[in-house]
Amino acid sequence: MTSQAERNRSYSEQTVWMLAIRDQRDKAAFAKLFDHYAARLKGFVMRAGAPKAQAEDIVQEVMLTVWRKAHLFDPERAQVSSWIYQIARNRQIDVIRKEARPVPEALANEDESDDGPDAGQVIALEQETDKLRQALEKLAPAQREMIERAYLGDLTHTEIREATGLPLGTIKSRIRLGLERLRHELKDLRQE
Amino acid sequence: MNANISHHIPSEILAAYAAGSLGQAFSLVVAAHVSLCDECRAELAAHEAAGGAVLDTTAAAAVSPDLFSRVLDHLDDPVEPEPAPRARDGVFPGPIMDALKGKAPRWKSLGGGVKQCLIGGDTDGLSRLLFIPPKTAVPDHGHHGTELTLVLQGGFADETGHFDVGDVEVADADLDHTPVADAGAPCIVLAATDAPLKFNTFLPRLLQPLFGI
Ligand SMILES: [Zn+2]
Repeated sequence: MTSQAERNRSYSEQTVWMLAIRDQRDKAAFAKLFDHYAARLKGFVMRAGAPKAQAEDIVQEVMLTVWRKAHLFDPERAQVSSWIYQIARNRQIDVIRKEARPVPEALANEDESDDGPDAGQVIALEQETDKLRQALEKLAPAQREMIERAYLGDLTHTEIREATGLPLGTIKSRIRLGLERLRHELKDLRQE
Repeated sequence: MNANISHHIPSEILAAYAAGSLGQAFSLVVAAHVSLCDECRAELAAHEAAGGAVLDTTAAAAVSPDLFSRVLDHLDDPVEPEPAPRARDGVFPGPIMDALKGKAPRWKSLGGGVKQCLIGGDTDGLSRLLFIPPKTAVPDHGHHGTELTLVLQGGFADETGHFDVGDVEVADADLDHTPVADAGAPCIVLAATDAPLKFNTFLPRLLQPLFGI
């Protein structure tokens, strides 16, 4: 059990804001999250091809979705920027496709575990995300451009095969550990 | 969770799914396999983290001063709940049940006891379920681009190896293979191909309603 004060000392600001939005429906925290992400999101969706006139509409929809789907945020499995990235991608896909994109089965109902996130897992995932960001910034410009285009949705899977250089192994192992822990908890829950 | 899965979704296909540049047919295979495989669920999440890193480090573009108040105005709007995703039913993972609209597959005979059920097809690919009796070869199903085959029941073998429940075979157009179902239970697979016409940049298409959206 981690107290809120402890959590606020050790988690990144973004995670603290997002948990306050999720658990307290905290509009002040939402304002901070907006200040941090809105301009980044606008730059991102414009690079991904959104016309300038529509970019802010997309940012608005993404931020509203963040608020409405906050109950699905799980810092043990996705860091805030990763979660918002998914929402932004889905939003851009929804705008152009008539069919909903197939999504994997959900793992678990968040409501089932009420003893709060595992702080060690959350912090480790944040650290791995920081390392990923640093690795991205250290890539040679042409290589970085390819990686960015891949995640902006600008490359086919065949083209992505050539876009290498970002080390994903350690963050994947970290997420895998989180999944194993979750599977374990779910099994225990079922046996109770 | 099936711990015995040995043939996974290639990393670049998971990356394209995370980025939203993968067509509907392949996305269904990804969603179905990830439902069965924590290894690929973790790898997909790693790609989403990489996407988050791109979002974090991309050049920001200043937003209008009133954008936040516009967002606040809608914060408490009532929203229609989205339809709940369908649950797994027998050998069919949730995303396949969604594609089947919750109904049992309507099989059409292809001869020799082999049956198929088309579950999705558009300009970016085709997906179908195939039912193959034990020890039967899959009839020639010449695919152009790449074909992804996910085993849902039974198993099959071809020149490249053996595939069990949860395994995915990735066959490029130049792979000439003859999959044969294992003895025992009939083999059921989800097979998807990508068609030549793909859309890999999305937003410009907002302005050109090519697909009747
Ligand atoms: Zn897998």
